[in-house]
Amino acid sequence: MASIIEKLGNTDRRIIFILIALSVIIPVTTHLIFPNPVGAEPSRDMYEYVDALPEGCDVLMSFDYGPSTMPELHPMAIAITTHLMRKDINVVCMALWPEGASLAQEVMSNVADSLGKEQYEDGCNLGYKTGGAIMIVRLGSSMNAVFPTDRDNLPWDEIPMLEQISDLASFDLVITLSAGDPGVPAWVMMAGDRFGVPVGGGCTAVSAPQFYTYLQTGQMVGLLGGLKGAADYETLVGIQEGPAVEGMAPQSVAHLVIMLFIIIGNVAYFSEKKKKGGRE
Amino acid sequence: MNWEILGIWLGAALTLCLYSFLYRDNPFYKFAEHLFVGMSAGYWVIYSIENILKPNWWQQMFPEGGGFNWIWIIPGVFGLFMLARIIPKISGLSRMAIGMMIGTGAGLNMVSFFQTNAMAQVKGTIISVSSGGVWTIFSNTLLVVGVITGLVYFFFSKAHTGIVGKTANVGITILMVAFGASFGYTIMARISLLIGRCQFLIFDWIPTIPRLLGIGG
Amino acid sequence: MRLIIPLAITFVSGMIMVLHFFVPHWPINIMGDNLQEWFMIVTAAAIFLGALNLMHVHFRKIKLKLKNWKYSPVTIIGFMAMFVAGLIYGVTSARPFDFMFMNMVAPMGSTMFSLLAFFVASAAFRAFRASNWRATLLLTSAFIVMLGQVPIGAMIWDKIPLAKVWLMTFPNTAGQRAVMIGAAMGVVSTSLRMIFGIERSYLGGTE
Repeated sequence: MASIIEKLGNTDRRIIFILIALSVIIPVTTHLIFPNPVGAEPSRDMYEYVDALPEGCDVLMSFDYGPSTMPELHPMAIAITTHLMRKDINVVCMALWPEGASLAQEVMSNVADSLGKEQYEDGCNLGYKTGGAIMIVRLGSSMNAVFPTDRDNLPWDEIPMLEQISDLASFDLVITLSAGDPGVPAWVMMAGDRFGVPVGGGCTAVSAPQFYTYLQTGQMVGLLGGLKGAADYETLVGIQEGPAVEGMAPQSVAHLVIMLFIIIGNVAYFSEKKKKGGRE
Repeated sequence: MNWEILGIWLGAALTLCLYSFLYRDNPFYKFAEHLFVGMSAGYWVIYSIENILKPNWWQQMFPEGGGFNWIWIIPGVFGLFMLARIIPKISGLSRMAIGMMIGTGAGLNMVSFFQTNAMAQVKGTIISVSSGGVWTIFSNTLLVVGVITGLVYFFFSKAHTGIVGKTANVGITILMVAFGASFGYTIMARISLLIGRCQFLIFDWIPTIPRLLGIGG
Repeated sequence: MRLIIPLAITFVSGMIMVLHFFVPHWPINIMGDNLQEWFMIVTAAAIFLGALNLMHVHFRKIKLKLKNWKYSPVTIIGFMAMFVAGLIYGVTSARPFDFMFMNMVAPMGSTMFSLLAFFVASAAFRAFRASNWRATLLLTSAFIVMLGQVPIGAMIWDKIPLAKVWLMTFPNTAGQRAVMIGAAMGVVSTSLRMIFGIERSYLGGTE
């Protein structure tokens, strides 16, 4: 028995890799779906805040992520944009990360097409600007100064849905989808605390725990943390078999496998420690 | 040529090249890694030109209606100073541009961090620890005690002995719980990324194989 | 003298931003607004500098035949492909630049980071030990979060998600807030040191 535990403790890393891969591949291939209950989570707060927004209001969505975190943040972006557009809310997109500009366009085009919405009337993509928090401060005094044109170089004045927009305060909500810096902190500091615009959004699971402080103080209206947050939003919006909800089953299995690894590692560790103690 | 299928195959091939690293470092991985670095840099430069330099600098300096706004020469000169870094003889000029960037960032961060990440957090910690049910009182007390003791732990100007040491010990215990939560979330994040790639390979790429070979629909 | 002008620029730009926060009126607002717009241009130049440096490093690697130089042309070709496609066709959707981003850069970026899933599992297996009571607490907290975040947690016991929400809202918030306040004070003091020229290592020396 002791030798088996010892062997398990010295498992080759490639075997661990294979088991992790299988724990994801098998549930994905077999279309295993677990129901995703949404409790009193910050994702529900986010949904309820967006749901309470009146028709025709303006929301700024900032795509502050790149391909590296797409699997977590892209489903959120799709679910939130779908929710906003279904409610006939004007969606103005921008990006603090260069790759975010392309990803925003993909989300906008797909969601707008599926809901029969028009670019430049129901939604537009202003594109990428560098500068992070410093640029956001400038947005607080003039949007047009930062975005003289949209992503495709169409002048601001020629975009009908931007007629009523002058600065950050013109928006009823700022939603940031953030993979790091610049992201949530910059928006909370500038848009939220400096200009008084409500801020909500989503972030990678890695950074979610640190933003719970902003939730408790009311500096954020809601937060989607990682794939679970995205799955919650998909569930609440009623997106059938969205990528995040589908991802919850492999996520569950992989978590169990990793927990099992940690338990085996600890059993082997204590067994070895006991053996050494016995020898002494 | 079906561009959609070509795109999927390109994505799948590069994905598999990168995953080959799990076995060991190899030429396929290195190829994809180097390609990624080059293409990402190209992407950043093009977006800097198209979304920043063209609309926010060039078109401001030379407006559509004609004329010339001399004030925009200043950021242009600072930008050139920044680029001077690659020429050893005049690389000292880049300090001006760096100074401007650092100064602007420091000025903004000083007040913003103090307002958002210090004062607002202190305000958020001033909560009632005597109202509500037993569980609420316990939870709120834990929050207040956790923040104070955590801060004591990070206060290194005084030796962690005696009462300070004991308080810091409570702080480190709360921090351990917070770090455990962060670890749990980190695991989730990494697995989510893997799920995303598996979904792409299984749902987008594999179905194109029979189509490409002329088998099935 | 080499440092005086950059330090003066740092001081002036820093003070403009501080004053802009407290006095957002003429003439500070004009100065602040201009500085913020100029900052974007200089940052864009910094991106150019990064790209030029990348090219310089790889051309040098090829010239001197340094380790792994055979892959350097791949980086250069990748850069040029995106650069030329972007200049000719622009960044609009369904053009070569966008095609290369969506089908090459995006999959590679996602995959690169998803590799971490394997390494984090392996690291957890080898290093995550309940060697003392605090480490056990960390482990327990991680397990509650890992189970509470996924549907299987609720299937095992419906109180696990509630425990996760409590853990995130109270002990986690307390710990994260202590870190946040501590770091904020660090940012404030470092920023002050930079604005007043006490901290000048970013200029490449202390002379």
